[in-house]
Parts: sequence; C-alpha cells; structure tokens
Amino acid sequence: MAHDVHTHVKSQTEYEYKRRRSANEMRGQLTTFAIMIFLTLIAFTAVYAGFSPNLVVPIILLLAVIQVILQLYYFMHMSHKGHETASMFLYSGVIVGLITVLTFVTIVWW
Amino acid sequence: MDLNTKYTPQSWPDHPENSTLEGKNKFVGFWLFLGGETVTFASLFATYLALKNKGPSGMEFTTQGLFELPLVFIMTMLLLTSSLTSVYAMYHMKNYNFKAMQAWLMVTVLLGAAFLGFEIYEFSHYVHLGFTFNQSAFSSAFFILVGTHGAHVLVGLGWIILLMVRNAKRGLNLYNAPKFYLASLYWHFIDVVWVFIFTVVYLMGVMG
Amino acid sequence: MSSIAQKKGFGATLWDYLTTVDHKKIAILYLITGGFFFIVGGIEAMLIRIQLAQPDNDFVSAGMFNQIITMHGTTMIFLAAMPLLLGFMNAVMPLQIGARDVAFPFLNSLGFWLFFFGGVFLNLSWFMGGAPDAGWTSYASLSLASPGHGIDFYALGLFISGFGTLIGGINFLVTIINMRAPGMTYMRMPLFTWTTFVASALILFAFPPLTVGIVFMIVDRMFGGNFFDHTMGGNTIIWEHLFWIFGHPEVYILILPAFGIFSEIFPTFARKRLFGYSAMVFATVLIGFLGFMVWAHHMFTVGMGPTANAIFAVATMAIAVPTGVKIFNWLLTMWGGSIVFTTPMLYAVGFIPSFVAGGVTGVMQAAAPLDYQLHDSYFIVAHFHYVIVGGVVLGLLAGLHFYWPLMFNTMLNEKLGKITFWLFFIGFHLTFFIQHFLGLLGMPRRVFTYVADQGWDSYNMISSIGAIFMAAGVIVLVVNIIMTIVKNEKVGRDPWGDGRTLEWALPQPVPFYNFKQTPLVRGLDTFWIEKQEGNKEGMTYAEPVGDIHMPNNSFVPVVISFGLFVASFGALYNGEKSWAVPVIILGLGITFASMIHRSLKDDHGYHVHKEDLLDDKGGKH
Repeated sequence: MAHDVHTHVKSQTEYEYKRRRSANEMRGQLTTFAIMIFLTLIAFTAVYAGFSPNLVVPIILLLAVIQVILQLYYFMHMSHKGHETASMFLYSGVIVGLITVLTFVTIVWW
Repeated sequence: MDLNTKYTPQSWPDHPENSTLEGKNKFVGFWLFLGGETVTFASLFATYLALKNKGPSGMEFTTQGLFELPLVFIMTMLLLTSSLTSVYAMYHMKNYNFKAMQAWLMVTVLLGAAFLGFEIYEFSHYVHLGFTFNQSAFSSAFFILVGTHGAHVLVGLGWIILLMVRNAKRGLNLYNAPKFYLASLYWHFIDVVWVFIFTVVYLMGVMG
Repeated sequence: MSSIAQKKGFGATLWDYLTTVDHKKIAILYLITGGFFFIVGGIEAMLIRIQLAQPDNDFVSAGMFNQIITMHGTTMIFLAAMPLLLGFMNAVMPLQIGARDVAFPFLNSLGFWLFFFGGVFLNLSWFMGGAPDAGWTSYASLSLASPGHGIDFYALGLFISGFGTLIGGINFLVTIINMRAPGMTYMRMPLFTWTTFVASALILFAFPPLTVGIVFMIVDRMFGGNFFDHTMGGNTIIWEHLFWIFGHPEVYILILPAFGIFSEIFPTFARKRLFGYSAMVFATVLIGFLGFMVWAHHMFTVGMGPTANAIFAVATMAIAVPTGVKIFNWLLTMWGGSIVFTTPMLYAVGFIPSFVAGGVTGVMQAAAPLDYQLHDSYFIVAHFHYVIVGGVVLGLLAGLHFYWPLMFNTMLNEKLGKITFWLFFIGFHLTFFIQHFLGLLGMPRRVFTYVADQGWDSYNMISSIGAIFMAAGVIVLVVNIIMTIVKNEKVGRDPWGDGRTLEWALPQPVPFYNFKQTPLVRGLDTFWIEKQEGNKEGMTYAEPVGDIHMPNNSFVPVVISFGLFVASFGALYNGEKSWAVPVIILGLGITFASMIHRSLKDDHGYHVHKEDLLDDKGGKH
C-alpha cells in the first residue's frame, strides 16, 4: 500500500518558486486577518451605535458568517484542493446544526 | 517508510500534513470530527437561545444587565490574533522552519492563555454578582455554552504545548507534521466557535 | 503466521484480546459483549412478558417493572444491537474494500473499551440501589423526579459508551474514504460497505446531540443545573428534542447495516447480481439524509402546533419511498435467480414481509391525527418491534450465520440454524402482531399490569407464549454456537460456494494482515468476476509481495476507558459522599495521564517482512 513516501528533492528554481508562492499566500492571509478585524469592529460599533436591534441583528449575524467563511476557507485552507470530503461533512454538520437551532427558537413551547 | 528521515527545506513535501497514509487518515478523520463538533456546538447554541433570560420568577439577571462589551472585545482580539499566529506557525511548518514554527506556536499559546485568563476572570466576576451556575436555566445554559468553549481552549493549549515539548529536540518529520497541522486546525475551529459566541451571546445579548 | 496459530495459554490469549488493535479480533470482542447484553436484554423481555401474561399479576412490583422495561430498551438498543452491528462492520467492511486494517486501529480498540465500560457501568445499577426507571427515552420531566441513582447510571453509562460509538463511526468513515484498494471506486463498493458508510455518517452527526442532552441531564441531576427544571426557567422539551434528534437517526443507524447484510445475502443465495445497485446506493444515502428531518414525529402530541406536525408528517412519509425502492430491488434480485434456502437466506426472505409490516404501521403513525390516537399505546410497541426485531434482529441473526465462517473459520449447523429461524420467526409474529390489536383496543404501553375482562387477557397471553418461542429459538442458537465451537470443523475459502465480494476471496483463516498483496478490484462483485474468469487465486493483485506495515498492540485503550469508568462513580455520588470529588479527579487523572502517555510515546508499528510472508504459502491452511 501507499506507505512509501517518495522524497522529491526540489531544484533551486522549484524551491524558490514554492517559497515565493507560499510567501504570497501568507500575504493573502494577512489581508484576510485585516478584513476579519475590520468586520469585528463593524459588528461592535453597530451595537454601540444603538440602532434598532431589528436592523443590527441580521447585520452582525451576516458579518459573523462572512468571518467564519474567511476563517474556514483561508486560515483552515478549505479553498485548497483535497478538501472535498472535508467540506461535504462540515456542511452536513452545519445543516444538522442549523435545523437544530431553528427548532429551538420555534417549537420549544414558549 | 522511515519516519525519522531527515529532510531539508528542498526535500520537504509541499503538503507534509497529508503525504503519508497515516497523515491522510488523520487529516480526514479530524475534519469529520470537526463536523461532529459543529453539531455539538449547534446544540449548545440552540439550548442557550431557548433558555436565554429564563429563570425563576423575579430573576434580576438579564443579558443586558450582565454582559460588558469591552472585555469581550479584548478577548475577541486576543483569540483572533492567535488564529493568525497559528497560520504563521503552519506557514513555517510548510517551509520546514522548525524554530520559527515553535516561536509562533509559543505566541499562539500565550495569546490563548491570556484569553482563558480573561474568561476565568469574567466567570468569577459573574459568580461574585450571584449569577452562579445553579442560579437559573439561563445561567446554566450560559456557563455550559461558554464553558465548553473555554474547555476547548484549555484542551487546545494543552495539546499544542505537549506537541511543542515533545518535539522540541527532534524537529519536524512526516510523523509529527500532521499532528501540528491538526492542532492548528483545532485552534482555528475554536476561533470559529468564538465568532458565533461573541455575536450571538454577547452582542445580541447586550441589545436584548 | 504459523507461529500465531500455535496454541496459546489462556492468560496469553486474554492479554492478546485486551491489547488487540486487529479489527477482526475487535469484531469478536464486540460479538461476545453484544451477544451477552442481547441475552441480558432478552431475559428482561421475558420478565416483562411473564408479568403481563395475565391480568392483575404481581410477579414483579410496579417499580421493578419500570426498571425492567427501561433496561430492556436501553440494553437492546445501545448495548446489544449497535455493538453487534459494529462487530460485523469491523469483521467484514475492511475485507470488503481490500484494506489491511481500519484507518485508526488504536481508536478502534478505544471505541470498543469505552462501549464495554459504559455498558458494564449501566448494568451495575442493578446491584447498586436500582436500575434507571424512566423508560429508554428518559424524558426529563419524569427522570428528574426519579429517586435513587438509576437515572444517573443511565446518563453516565450512555455518556461513556456514546463516545465509543462516535469514535467507531469516524474510524469507519475514514477507512472507507482513504483505504479502499485500487479499483474499488465508490460505485463498486459492496452494499454492506455503503450502509456502513452512511450509518457511520449518521453516528457522526446524531451522537453529539445525545451527548449534549446527556450532559444536561448529568448536570441537572448531579451538579445542580437547571436545564429541564421549569421552576428555574428550564424547559423539559429541550431534552425531548435533543433525544429525538439523536433517536431518530439512531433507528437508521441500526436498520441500514441490517439492510446491508441482507443486500449481501440476497445476491449470494439467489446467485444473481443485486438488482438495481445504483438505486440501492441512492436509496441508502437518501434514507440517511431524510433520517435527520423527521425526529419530531415522535413528539406529535407534545403540542408543537399544526404547522410543525404537518411538516414532519410529510417528511416522514417521504422516507417510505426509498425504503420501498429497496424492498422491490430485493424482490427483483430473487426473481429468476436459482435460490438456495440456507439459514441466512431464510432470514432474508422472512425479513421482507416482517419489515414491510413494520414500515406500513410506521406510515400510519406518520399521519399526525391518527398518531394522537395511537400514541403511547401498544400499537407503538408493536410497530417498533416489527422494525427493530423484524428488521435489525433478523439482520443480525442472518449476519451471524452468514459471516460466522468468515470470522471463525467454522460453519454453524444448518439444521439447528433453521430450527432457530422458525422458532424465532413464528415466536416474533405471535408476540408482536397481536400487540397491534391490543393497542387499538386501548392498552397503554409501559403499564405494569391491567384489570381483567377488558378484552386484553387472551391477547396478552398469546403474546407471552410467542415470547417463549423466541426464547427457545435463542437457546437453540446458543446450543448451535457451543456445538460448533466444540466440534471445530474447519472450512476453507468461500465456504458458501457462492461468495461474490472480496472478503470471500481471502484464504481461511484470514491472515492477520488480511491481504498479502493488495488486490486490484475490477468491478462490482470482484470475487465473482475472478471466479467466472477461472482465476484460481480469486484475486488480481495490484502490487508485488512486499513488507507489510502493521500497528502495535496497546493496553492504553483499556486504561483510558477505565479512568472514565472510575470518574463516573465519583460523579454519581457527587454531593452525597465525601469521596466523590476526589474519585472524579482520580478517574479523569487516569484517563488524561494515559492519553498523554499515548501521545508522548511514538508508535510507528512494525513491519512483517516479505520473507516471512512467502513462507506462509498464502495462508492456505
């Protein structure tokens, strides 16, 4: 079975290419981080500003979802190849979870 | 396969986290585990939402009176930053730079510990106010939800520290690279959950 | 291998099983433990039927009766049916996909020992002040009021064994995703592997809500929480929802692998390929998916309102469609085949009408208005025994006879097997068919006795007589097993003569590394294809003979599980005994220390060398 790892020694060009590519990606991660901080700031400010909750609640929930998607796809590399199984099971979990939450805010007898 | 093969940055594979069968298995298994964890936390959130502000008649504690946003904001920033530092750690892991990875993991651990410290302070503050675990359905739901997240932070810290100590003298190989990678995935997932906690519990709580 | 086959002392064998990470041995552990609990649950069932055989009976007290029905349900579902299925999954699935072991052999062992200690803990309640007595569903409004420690045993025992099952589920999923042999595409996987896959996915998403619910229960009863106490703002419906969000998928976790076993048996003994393979796969996945959308049909009478009831009623009825697809596919597999009525085939044929009957009453209850009438009556009892016994237990017994030669290299006696089948099958219908009418006549479930002359007396007596038949069938089965073990007549490869899938292509007994060379899978029913082409070896190989990597045995899983077992006693007596908290800390200490020990020690496994394999002549003993 595929227990053997075939070590491949990169040539200098390949190696430099890889380093440059991952350095680029890391810059992207920094941007992601900046966006996440920004989204968090908006969320907190929106609450402090004292607008109507009917307006603010959907906005901050949306911001949370965006932030989580960034976290999953960039920080946790779900945008990379080889995450098909991972995302299928994660989304299945999300669906079951959403149904659960929906149930508990609608049909628990209050 | 000899797991103790010494690598150089040039021979280190592009995806050290899943270039062995064992690594692949761990990688997929851990993502499945995170799928299950999603359902766990969803159940806890659901219960919290159902029991929010519910208590014995005449209960004085409400989300609006209780929560203080500045503290939550600091905690959020700490955890969010620790998420970034663990990305840096994995960046260096993939570049086969063990020392830099350990350093960034150290920063992650410190930020996580600070977060945990604030959480413990927050909990003890509530308890002093009389908002104890046994006080009401609301308090039980709050402490279980946020406390479970805190327990995850604690486990994550223990895990990362254990990995750092265990491998301090050995450096990176294809046996421990998947372990570091999974620990960092776990750490990100903790941050994912926190994003919903600060939004649903604290921000929506303050608004009532 | 030849050295392994030599006789070992009892102590060495015991140590071997305590530390094993071999999926085939873990399967045997599951089979023994699950079989033991199946007998225990069966004795409880007999006590219930003795008590209810005649009106105004006082064979057991009302309180004892509640404990017996609770433990009967809990034992049968969590400690008998599921472990037995996990046992078959362990025994068969890795062989079916051409893997040398499961993805996480260590976790596989941990899963078993967690289940084992959870089950033992739950059953210790009988000797430590009384068993749980709030029904297997343990509704919070009732269970919070239950005095004594019964419910605490229930919550803690299921908490521990639930983790074991969850670990098992993840392990199987990863095994199927990552460790299929070359050529074994998803659409070439045998149906039993497919149902294992879907059932494991259901385990992954269904057990977390149960665990959360049980944590609430533990906290409420032992640590002063208020989740379900309405005077403190709690809400008992939360338990019902969490329990059934788990509980309904649980039904499919049980039935899908049974479907899988039957889907293997029909083509084998009809000697014809499975009709509508892709439709079967699709139906399996669809049942798994819909299984999560229907839990509230257990709660129609709770008062969720007409909208919610209507949604869940429609969703429930929809499940009948993929199930019907499966039934017709099985019938059409038999159609025109040259059928041999072996014992497994008898079970398979007997299963179809039994399960259809259970399914039809299921659709009846899915109609919410009718459910108001049927709810909490013996009709419900009849219905779920028709699906669980008529589906799952018949599947388990069929699987036991079918896979026995694969697991033990001997054959169960066919004559005794058929006697078991007829006794069990007749007894089953005698016991439960009449309970439909008891329900329609108004007999409520979970009553410990009833007044005479309501028209229930003779029906109850008939039901109890049926139970005796079932018990007799199980006794014959036990005799059969003992005789087979004593006789120990070895059978060779492909003992049924008509094996179709990869597991039957292996030499017997299956070598501990399963496949000397990884097979190359060339289509659905691989072994059948090779046999048709006259390939004596039964396999085409994907690689030359080479060193084989194997995991090391480990005692750590037992220690980890034992730690939780110890901690549970502390939690049980929290606030009551001064030693409670130290015991919790001690137990968790044992668990975490052994986990840390595990992670600090590198475990790379070992290699079986090529030369040793070649000595073995392919394990054809």
